Amino acid sequence: MIGLQHYLVVAAALFVIGIFGIFLNRKNVIVILMSIELMLLAVNINFVAFSSASGDLVGQVFSLLILTVAAAEAAIGLAILVVFFRNRGSIDVEDANVMKG
Amino acid sequence: MTVADLAFYAFSTVTVAAALMVTLSRNPVHSVLWLILTFLSAAGLFVLLGAEFVAMLLIIVYVGAVAVLFLFVVMMLDVDFAELKSEMAKYMPIGLLVAVILLIQLAFGLGAWVSADGAMGLHQAPTPDATQIDNTRALGLLLYDKYLYLFQLSGLILLVAMIGAIVLTLRHRRDIKRQNVLHQMWRDPAKALEMVDVKPGQGL
Repeated sequence: MIGLQHYLVVAAALFVIGIFGIFLNRKNVIVILMSIELMLLAVNINFVAFSSASGDLVGQVFSLLILTVAAAEAAIGLAILVVFFRNRGSIDVEDANVMKG
Repeated sequence: MTVADLAFYAFSTVTVAAALMVTLSRNPVHSVLWLILTFLSAAGLFVLLGAEFVAMLLIIVYVGAVAVLFLFVVMMLDVDFAELKSEMAKYMPIGLLVAVILLIQLAFGLGAWVSADGAMGLHQAPTPDATQIDNTRALGLLLYDKYLYLFQLSGLILLVAMIGAIVLTLRHRRDIKRQNVLHQMWRDPAKALEMVDVKPGQGL
């Protein structure tokens, strides 16, 4: 029987893969943004799993709000990325210190 | 092993494997495609959990909007991705170290947690019987009633994100010719045209 524990393991694995991706793709901001999406998806799975296990719908409402914030974050992040690429000609994170004052 | 168990194992394996491929794949376009697969199989997991509305929303919002946005940006930027990936091996040890440490910590947490005594009495919105009222309807009744302010707030977040993205990426280029409609409409034939009586063999 599949219980709450199984879903928590999947979510934990997804979260760790997200962090691993951030470390691995230091040069590539696009994949870093995708890794952040993976981490948010892991949190969503946790919320929905707990919501289903404890019979409380609020977890799913929260996961909707996380979905909204994740979509907004992706849009803003990609917009910043496009402007950064237009100004610098690269998407290297290590070039990003030119943004400091 | 029931069909639901089998479906869980299939969906979770595909989710984790596709997520790993997102981080490891050499081509960002492939990364986006693996991300889409991750979201689709996570939607399958949500259906298994009984959260159909969130599952469908995941497909519509993530696969339909966010992943396509990623795909657009990846294809719009003219970046040499092979060069970006060349240093991947350098960061592999530290990344693996952090990942393993975090996994061990999460395993400790997962192995040891118990729910508090009164936790089941703290329900804010108990899930209604699925045979009486389906998930989408129950969620709608909750979202448009008890959590209306949160709902409005998330709409505001999307508005701010939309305006922010437009303001960030809008640029007014001065080095190209544009049509000025008013200028065209205000043109006077009397000033724009000049009649010249050219004598034969002379030219202007």
